[in-house]
Amino acid sequence: MPVTPKFPVVLQVRDLACDRDGRRLFEGLDFSLCTGTAIQIKGSNGAGKTTLLRTLIGTASDFRGEILWCGSPFPGALPVLRESLLYIGHQGGVRDSLTPLENLIWYGATRESALWALDCVDLSGFEGSLCHGLSAGENRRVALARLFLPQAPSLWILDEPFTALDAVGVATLEQQMAAHLHSGGSILLTSHQPLSLGRLASVDLSDFMVDEPLVAMEAEHVFS
Amino acid sequence: MAWQWFHRLGSPRWFYQKTGAWLPWLALASAVLLIVGSIWGLGFAPEDAKQGNSYRIIFVHVPAAFLALAGYYLMAVSGAIGLIWKMKLAFAVMRAAAPIGAVLTFIALFTGAIWGKPTWGAYWVWDARITSMLILLFLYIGVMALSQAVNREQVADRACALLALVGTVNIPIIYKSVDWWFTLHQPATLRLTEASSIDPSMFYPLLTVIIGFYCMYAWTLLTHTRTLLLRREIRTKWVQQVLTEGK
Amino acid sequence: MSSVDIHPLVSGARAVPDFATFLRIEMLLALRRRADIANPLLFFVSVLALLPLGLGPEPELLANVAPGMIWVMALLATLLSQESLLRSDFENGTLEQLTLLPQPLYFAVLAKSLVHWIATGLPLALLSPLLAVMLNLPGEGYLCLFVSLLMGTASLSLIGAIGAALTVAVRRPGLLLALIVMPLYVPVLIFGTGAVQAAIDGYAYSAQLAILAALLAAAAALAPLATAVAVRISLDN
Repeated sequence: MPVTPKFPVVLQVRDLACDRDGRRLFEGLDFSLCTGTAIQIKGSNGAGKTTLLRTLIGTASDFRGEILWCGSPFPGALPVLRESLLYIGHQGGVRDSLTPLENLIWYGATRESALWALDCVDLSGFEGSLCHGLSAGENRRVALARLFLPQAPSLWILDEPFTALDAVGVATLEQQMAAHLHSGGSILLTSHQPLSLGRLASVDLSDFMVDEPLVAMEAEHVFS
Repeated sequence: MAWQWFHRLGSPRWFYQKTGAWLPWLALASAVLLIVGSIWGLGFAPEDAKQGNSYRIIFVHVPAAFLALAGYYLMAVSGAIGLIWKMKLAFAVMRAAAPIGAVLTFIALFTGAIWGKPTWGAYWVWDARITSMLILLFLYIGVMALSQAVNREQVADRACALLALVGTVNIPIIYKSVDWWFTLHQPATLRLTEASSIDPSMFYPLLTVIIGFYCMYAWTLLTHTRTLLLRREIRTKWVQQVLTEGK
Repeated sequence: MSSVDIHPLVSGARAVPDFATFLRIEMLLALRRRADIANPLLFFVSVLALLPLGLGPEPELLANVAPGMIWVMALLATLLSQESLLRSDFENGTLEQLTLLPQPLYFAVLAKSLVHWIATGLPLALLSPLLAVMLNLPGEGYLCLFVSLLMGTASLSLIGAIGAALTVAVRRPGLLLALIVMPLYVPVLIFGTGAVQAAIDGYAYSAQLAILAALLAAAAALAPLATAVAVRISLDN
């Protein structure tokens, strides 16, 4: 892990274990995310990549261990974390009865910045057409346009951002990610695809899989 | 620490082991109290001056109605404990309380209907109390239906707890509104005034039966919760121990 | 894509939509999904039009059941439209994004309920005089029916949102939602019909309307809180 004092740690995970439906997905997970760096979460299907991301944004609450945002622990730190969070999940959060422009305005963008962001993802000219008329890739780009808004939040958590994108789209997104890291942001993403980013670390969830089928009886076991 | 007992109480294993010892005593107490109370109430308590022998159904009706309502609050309170402290045991108690409460509500409604025939001349009268009980039954059924419909147990637990809490806020409002509605549409039938001064000769057997019902409720709730715990914790070591060693 | 060199400014805080933006976009969505507005209204009208076919056309009989029937049908129409309140937002991920906003979920939920009321309750109340004519409701009841529906359906929208949030992750929530929400609707129904009945009988009905207003105030304060918790619970899977 590239932990150098030059880059302060923003998000720290200590001895994290996540359960789903009473099944332990992984345990003993440790990593730190610093400003200006990206971490790629790897792992086979069902390894718990999405669950991990959803835990880190506070949507999934079934975890043991410690998650720290700028030094203060979850869940108390969640409201502060959300101040500087930009999360894009499997579902992009794009409403198909709205136009791309309206979708971005719903996310708090101004009209000018929304148009600029749509231009960046090559959707200029489509800003006024309803999203259910657009293709899957175009809808994905509407969701990703949030990354191109000026004043983007500092922490990006992205679940498979490259799905449904063409080669040009992937390149533009990588360029934007690099720019984000360069200006002091940090990125946590899941992807099966090799990335060419400057300061990139990776965490493979397969290394933290559990083989013990039975859960030992511990004090923490009281609470779900 | 003062919270130690609370923490211990929340441990499914500790709960399972402790309550295992209480069960026989609860069963014995409820059997004795119910038998004594029934014989006393049905055989020795005097006849009611107005209603004759038909009033004796109160020995089932009243305790069932008591516990139906108390059971709802118990369910909601354990749901709240589960939501606030994320205690698994509380959710198990909540889930166990729902069907028991629904059955008791049904018993209260059913015996009320039987009682209604000789008293009012009809099995079903839209009396304020009966209507409130019917809505309570719907509240119970809502919680049970929600717990069945949500696939993931943890989500179901918390969703049911929230629904039970919302219901708790609503019960007084519902009761008051139904009461008001009833006084507005008061039908031309005899309104049974609640026995404000019940004779001691009837009251003591009734009290015995009520305590007996409480013991039986506790026994049923504990048994059901224990079964739920075993099923939920099947992957833990202590359950495997319990299952292999028999007890 | 364009090959402009992009250097975004990283800022600590994110741009956040305000309540007015929520309302505006929700209204826009409601307008675009006109069928969702029209269907409950058509249901309301068509069932009430069927009623005389089942009961018989005697004016006195219809006048007797009119307040209750109009109210029950308004309740069912609101309930039917409640299912779609959060569903599409849940499916496209917008609901999850809502929970990630730094500000309380309360206001977003309140905006949704408000728009739901504007799209269902308000037109129902506006249509009610027409149906009152068809069902031969005595003239004294019109104003009261309108006002009580106006306030009552707002409470129904707010309370129903709790059920919609609890069942949003369930595959076919229709009947389950009805089962959960119906008992919670009872007080509104009682005081709504009670007010109209009192008006028809020539009594003062301000007390019932005041209670309806009180129920609405309580629902506006508490129901979005419960809905917000329910949304978080439903998403946690």
